[in-house]
Amino acid sequence: MFPPAFAYSAPESLDEALATLTNEGESARVLAGGQSLIPMMKLRLASPAHLVDINNIPGLDYIDAANGYLRIGALVRHNDIVNSELVTAHNGAIASAAPWVADPLVRNRGTLCGSVAHCDPEGDWNSVMLAARAQVVAQSTSGERVIAIDDFVVDFFTNSLEPGEIVKEVRVPKYAGRGGGAYLKLERKIGDYATVAVATQLQLGEDGKISEAGIALTAVNNKNTRAIAAERALVGEEPSDEIFKEAAALAAQAAEPESNVRGTAEWKRNVVSVYTRRGLEASLAQARA
Amino acid sequence: MQINITFNGTAQTSDVEPRQLLVDYIRGTGATGTHIGCDTTSCGACTVLVDGTPMKSCTMFAVQANGKSITTVEGLKQNGDLHQIQASFKEKHGLQCGFCTPGMMLTSAALLEENPDPSEDEIRWAISGNICRCTGYINIVKAVQHAGEQLRNS
Repeated sequence: MFPPAFAYSAPESLDEALATLTNEGESARVLAGGQSLIPMMKLRLASPAHLVDINNIPGLDYIDAANGYLRIGALVRHNDIVNSELVTAHNGAIASAAPWVADPLVRNRGTLCGSVAHCDPEGDWNSVMLAARAQVVAQSTSGERVIAIDDFVVDFFTNSLEPGEIVKEVRVPKYAGRGGGAYLKLERKIGDYATVAVATQLQLGEDGKISEAGIALTAVNNKNTRAIAAERALVGEEPSDEIFKEAAALAAQAAEPESNVRGTAEWKRNVVSVYTRRGLEASLAQARA
Repeated sequence: MQINITFNGTAQTSDVEPRQLLVDYIRGTGATGTHIGCDTTSCGACTVLVDGTPMKSCTMFAVQANGKSITTVEGLKQNGDLHQIQASFKEKHGLQCGFCTPGMMLTSAALLEENPDPSEDEIRWAISGNICRCTGYINIVKAVQHAGEQLRNS
């Protein structure tokens, strides 16, 4: 299989890439890892007239911890995150999700920022980012714009980027105090999309009570979805089996899965509940460690 | 578009259409050891090394290989001798139909470069993007372990 013909440019600076994106408007797409975009083009589900390949732009492959954020640049591959001690030190949910994204070969090429921008409801990263309260740094010729992840993930394969904008960075706030996170994913085999996955993040106040809670679900809605009622049930509470069970039941209510080859809706909802509880337990253990 | 790549150690210049996939480019040169299995980024039969890192050549355009070094199964052989991973796949019978074998060996060779003494779990994890429908992976794992031993002792 091969895609429809397209014009191709491989700029060596971000300014040049942004200028091309602005000139080409909606007909242009950014090519980073290409591990979702290229298959979609081959299957002719996407047919951009112009691809702007950003792989030759230096300085976009950074992972750092600055100004209160863990920052991940546009060309950081999934496998860079698997191997990053900085990520492990700063965010449990990201560190826990990275080895479960796709398969090792795809992780060598695919990028976190590209996956976030792709907004596939079966993709892993946006659940993690919703639970971790991430921000997307979008850049265009007219400057930089910071978008909260809740506003960025709009719908099925739809983000809130404007034409001419590129995801330059995804960043997550460092834990205010003690914190922990997890990503639990059920998949039929390595490389398959999630049947169900749940991202969790907990932060504890000085008093040991839950000061912030993030829970988000993969593959059970038309987009990665925060379980807001479940999060609210946790905040201000002393961590306990009872409150985790209550949150797990509320998270299951936020899921609207479809029955398909990967399982029935009822079963998937049940997995959401079990994985939410286990994820909260793992997040708590990490926060207390 | 003109691209310059180092293909199995030899510099070459080619003119390619941007939409040409790397795997089609490679096979078009006559090097048909790189296989097209699923053609949808799922099976790993088309694995090649891009600057030493295993990637799926069905999910990369040939133009993106400009300036890179590409190694295929044909490039594993050194000075006319089989690469140790090839010798070990032969020795341990790490294949049946052979369709996945080129990709499997390239991924394994890259693993051993990074980790000369991988555990069984690490080997299975590393090759989890390369699908084999025949062997059940038992002899593939043995072949990688054997190659690791041989390389460590040489």
